Amino acid sequence: MTAEALNPAIEATDLRRSYDGGFEAVRGISLSVPRGEIFALLGTNGAGKTSTVELLEGLAAPTAGTARVLGHDPYRERSAVRPRIGVMLQEGGFPSDLTVAETVRMWAGCTSGARPAGEALASVGLTGREKVRIKQLSGGERRRLDLALALLGRPEVLFLDEPTTGLDAEGRRDTWELVRELRAQGTTVLLTTHYLEEAESLADRLAIMHKGRIVLSGTPAEVTAAQPARIRFALPAGVPAARLPLGLKAAEEGGRIEIRTHALQDDLTALLGWAREQDVRLDGLDARSASLEEAFLDIASRTEDAPAGHKETVTR
Amino acid sequence: MSTPQTTSAPTAAGRPSTTLTRLTALGRAELTLLGRNRNNLFIAALMPLLMIFLLRSSLKGVDESTLGISPTAATLIGGTGMVLLLVVYMSFVSSLTARREELVLKRLRTGEATDPEILAGAALPATAIALVQCAILTVGGFTLLGADAPARPDLLVLGLAGAIVLLAGLAALTTTITRTVESAGLTTLPLFLISSFGSGLFVPRDALPGTAADVAQLLPLSGVMEFVRAGWLGTAHAGSLLTAALNTVAWAVLTGWAVRRWFRWEPRR
Repeated sequence: MTAEALNPAIEATDLRRSYDGGFEAVRGISLSVPRGEIFALLGTNGAGKTSTVELLEGLAAPTAGTARVLGHDPYRERSAVRPRIGVMLQEGGFPSDLTVAETVRMWAGCTSGARPAGEALASVGLTGREKVRIKQLSGGERRRLDLALALLGRPEVLFLDEPTTGLDAEGRRDTWELVRELRAQGTTVLLTTHYLEEAESLADRLAIMHKGRIVLSGTPAEVTAAQPARIRFALPAGVPAARLPLGLKAAEEGGRIEIRTHALQDDLTALLGWAREQDVRLDGLDARSASLEEAFLDIASRTEDAPAGHKETVTR
Repeated sequence: MSTPQTTSAPTAAGRPSTTLTRLTALGRAELTLLGRNRNNLFIAALMPLLMIFLLRSSLKGVDESTLGISPTAATLIGGTGMVLLLVVYMSFVSSLTARREELVLKRLRTGEATDPEILAGAALPATAIALVQCAILTVGGFTLLGADAPARPDLLVLGLAGAIVLLAGLAALTTTITRTVESAGLTTLPLFLISSFGSGLFVPRDALPGTAADVAQLLPLSGVMEFVRAGWLGTAHAGSLLTAALNTVAWAVLTGWAVRRWFRWEPRR
């Protein structure tokens, strides 16, 4: 292995980005993505995902901190980095009056080692659409064309900003399949998404961003394991939440009870035993393991409405 | 999408992209787009000819002693300036604005093309069309209007080259105040008007009163128009050409600096 191969493919250290108006969209992001890994950046809208990715792609210079892609500064050493990376922006960016074939040809002229157009289009299922104008493509087809162009130069590092937004379920699955194949060939992928399922099923590691910072990161399993499981049900009228068995931490909201627990099986057993004993019917009973969604929602609500509002925690 | 063909070795070298391949690819795409946009095509291909006919008919009745030069020569000089303004400047402002608003410029910046290459590639078709029209003007003036051939073709070529670089830069700068393609007609008007009247397009500069002529000499296009005029007539002094060259270089440097400072590659959100 050469020294370069040992470097992480993508590295960011205390990255910050402020816009002209003074708004700081990225507030000290550090991350490291080893070669061949799929890394997902999750976050609510406005969390700073795209602002961060643009710094890593070299589209803008950070206000502070450093970014390294394949060992180079992506902004200052653009010419060293660009031939080796592929980028798919959140929103297309192709002239609406060009045809698919013309767009691929334009992009191929700007890409070192471009694959043949037919091969690139086939890989995203756009064979036969060569003569169609961009403006006549569906939103999903545009996303797939965008992906084909990002892959045109067989990049070592691929940046995908919300690659499956606007795709139908099948298109999304096909894209996932393609990304997995790229990983099998050793491509490093950094993607942003707000589909939790996408991050959970694709990513080797992920980070959840909120208000310009990474608040949680790790493998999907690690991130999930840190979250409590959840039991939900409604108590019949006349049965106050205070009668629930000892040891269960429950929150009541309009007659619906929510219990968060790290011992789902034990607590569920206790709850069901209690319900049978007391002859209480638990309407809409729903118990589920911790999921990325839980982690995500927890983070989104954590800082936004820190005082729990109308929720009332009952502890006995 | 069922059979992704990504199995080729990722290390395959393939053909590297160079400035030449990139400019060719970008220029070709832009030319295709120009051919498909009726408005831009009209501005680029027909408008200059129309303006030259207007210019010719309005100058016909004017006395040679007022103009200082023959009406035909005035038509050819003014016509050259008109072609440059309409094609290189005005049509480039609207096509560049269109690319920015469609996020094409931003997308191109994620690739291997450098910023100057992206701008130059986009300006290529307009430049080529302007040169063709200047050539038509020269040949047409010679054969149809009975004008003399350009006395100093070298100065004419220098003037054209300077004008194209300067106008492409001014066009890029103008896009910073052009929010939509539709507003390009308005934002390009100031330069069009001051150049038409002040830089010797409609009215030969000699016909302007003293102070006005001095001020007009400082306008962005006055320098290159001096070269164009000298190219056609062969009547330039070294001194006035030096002033003209200095004017052009100063404006080019200023424009280049301003473009670097203010040019926006993506729409304002």
